Amino acid sequence: MIRVFFLIGILLLFSCEDLTPSAPEENELLDGPMEGLTDAENGLFLAGDIAFNDEVFSAGTGLGPLFVATSCGSCHAGDGKGHPFTTLTRFGQTIPNTAPDLSIGGPQLQNRAIPGFEPEIIPAGNPSMQLTPPAVTGLGLLAALTDAQILTNADPADLDGNGISGVPNYITPPSYFVPLPLHQPVAGQYIGRFGKKAAAIDLLQQTVNAYNQDMGVTSTFEPLDTSSGLTTDPEVSDQTINEVVFYLRTLKAPIQRNPDDAQIINGNTVFNSIECGLCHTPEWTTSTSDIAALSNRTFYPYTDLLLHDMGPDLDDGVTEGGAETFEWKTPALWGLGLSPDSQGGQFFLMHDGRARSIEEAILMHGGEAENSRNLYQQLADSDKQDLIKFLESL
Amino acid sequence: MKNIFLILFVFLSAICSAQIDSTLLKQTPTDTILSKGLNMDAVYNRPFLQVGKLPVSVGGYIEADYQFIGEDGINEGTFRIPRMTLFVASSIHRKIKFLSEIELEEGGKEIVIEFAAVDFNFHPMLNLRGGVVMSPIGAFNQNHDGPKWEFVDRPIAMTEMLPATWSNVGFGLYGKQFNKDWAYGYEVYLTNGFDDSIINNSENRTFLPASKSNAERFEESSNGEPLFTGKLAIRNSNIGEIGFSYMGGIYNTHEEDGIILDKKRRLDVIALDFNSTLPWTNTYIVGEWAWVSVDVPETFSQQFGDKQKGGFIDIVQPLKKGNILDFENAVLNLSCRLEYVDWNVGTFNETGGNISDDLWAITPSFSFRPTAQTVIRFNYRVMQQQDILGNPPAKIGGIQFGISSYF
Repeated sequence: MIRVFFLIGILLLFSCEDLTPSAPEENELLDGPMEGLTDAENGLFLAGDIAFNDEVFSAGTGLGPLFVATSCGSCHAGDGKGHPFTTLTRFGQTIPNTAPDLSIGGPQLQNRAIPGFEPEIIPAGNPSMQLTPPAVTGLGLLAALTDAQILTNADPADLDGNGISGVPNYITPPSYFVPLPLHQPVAGQYIGRFGKKAAAIDLLQQTVNAYNQDMGVTSTFEPLDTSSGLTTDPEVSDQTINEVVFYLRTLKAPIQRNPDDAQIINGNTVFNSIECGLCHTPEWTTSTSDIAALSNRTFYPYTDLLLHDMGPDLDDGVTEGGAETFEWKTPALWGLGLSPDSQGGQFFLMHDGRARSIEEAILMHGGEAENSRNLYQQLADSDKQDLIKFLESL
Repeated sequence: MKNIFLILFVFLSAICSAQIDSTLLKQTPTDTILSKGLNMDAVYNRPFLQVGKLPVSVGGYIEADYQFIGEDGINEGTFRIPRMTLFVASSIHRKIKFLSEIELEEGGKEIVIEFAAVDFNFHPMLNLRGGVVMSPIGAFNQNHDGPKWEFVDRPIAMTEMLPATWSNVGFGLYGKQFNKDWAYGYEVYLTNGFDDSIINNSENRTFLPASKSNAERFEESSNGEPLFTGKLAIRNSNIGEIGFSYMGGIYNTHEEDGIILDKKRRLDVIALDFNSTLPWTNTYIVGEWAWVSVDVPETFSQQFGDKQKGGFIDIVQPLKKGNILDFENAVLNLSCRLEYVDWNVGTFNETGGNISDDLWAITPSFSFRPTAQTVIRFNYRVMQQQDILGNPPAKIGGIQFGISSYF
């Protein structure tokens, strides 16, 4: 008997680590801080992580009264792409460079309400667009690019004749926007980089809008309650918002899996040969940033952050900023293969989740991407498979 | 409240220490697991220390543990004292009894009256109980004392879906009848009920235990509507016990100062519990399963499910009984708990796909009972929990070592 207790004691003392679940591979996870943060920055990251992933709003803590989701993490599980359960619907602006018609509600539909309130309904006859929440990893690197870098790929009039335009979405900044040296205004407007139509200039604007429009949570930045249109006391503090912005800035970039696999190497070659990379720009390098870990970093998001005509099938009749209704920002492809891990084991791709596989998504490309789609269709089956394997590795 | 408790505690401590002569201290023994009584008797089926011929007896239990639990590669070890509970019982008259159970959770962070009721015995089948009562929903809620169980943690379905320990102010009747090997019992109570927090909380799910943090429920109903709880149980001393219970009522504040705020919304819970000892192997089996239905506004989020289900089963196999390490009536048990909870039964309106938000766990246990009232437990817990979307589950596991004892 004593030996049994002795054995248990040994187990307790020496085998604890072997008895607990092992960690997933780093490249299988989207969340986690980027390398090179200082201890103080890690602390800030952790505070933002808690606010983003753990803080759930209830009616008592500021939720709604009209809302779409109860927490940041509800839309971005594991910092990945969202699920149709939390798809956002926007309406009210059908003509570029005009203000949304707020007299009909919007610009975002709050389709849920706390008990006692009625959710918003889009007035009949108004078009709307549905937006699947994007992954939020690596955004700090994209935010650290300069406007000048983004403009190197812009070709609104397609002067090079390659069929690819690339249009920056110039956005009128909100009152709280503070320009950085990396920003390059044109007539008081700045290039939007975040959101499906690139309607948010920086991560502060994206975050503040998400609190306000997605969760119905007011702040000093956006003090208007979406239900009443009246100002309210802030329901989230400036500190929390700043911590969430820091978290988003310092989330690591997705790590490619099996980059040395022969199929994946060939898939990368195919990706470039059918000219996907003309819009899905693979490589970028940041300049100097106030966060050392973001400075002079080369990374691979596969986006040019510009708007492109995606054809009539992807024209939802609604827009934001200067984007046409048929124009969409090139989405980053990094983390694409991990999408099912945050979308309930399935793919919901394209801006509204209509594509249920990577191949479906490729085949839905129209407009400026029609040539690449046609080239894809002409590929040998093995090259198609390699391309998809490459995309899944990102 | 804390001051009153402290005074009471100091007073009782003084009495006990003054009467340390063991001939004056009479411990009411109890076999905590293999009791012949019904589960509803658990509240009184506890060891009490009686001081001489005073009509007051005291008791309690303590739990302490160490856990080394990891989740997806992130490990954490911690010592805990989840609860210490004190009982004070009194026979006011041979047919009038009082019993209270006061729990100090997490080292005194919370002090909770879990039970404080007076029982009037008019007839074996007709007893009146009034005060803070533990609702007889399922079995665990009334039979939750740590030393009775072979596992460090309480069953998740019973504590994080059902709100054990759930007690509230009210009145009710109970009765029981014994006939040879058979025992029958019933309990019916009307108490204050739940509140809006079950769908308005930071757990991001329909969460009945959220109402426990509303201390005002002991003073005022959140909506003026009583919560009904009832249970029927039958036991055969050779087979085991089975219980059917129901709890239901309006949970939301639908009206305030005569002004209508919302329609009346119901909460309904059905539970089935059982326990038995297999005669051939002396294997003790105990389990409980419950179904929860909540009227959640359709315009609210499906994050908050309108149906839940879950339960557990414990299988306890004595390996050795007798003199172990000089404890005369010691028992060595090998056990296993299987548990499952689905906090959101249903499908997404948007996709028709299954809503997850579920959990399963398997916990093998090795426990040593030097006496029936004391247990040393060593558990290994394996658990997987999925979010609402059904994404790859969080893998949680580790060891738990703990002690629990009546005193």
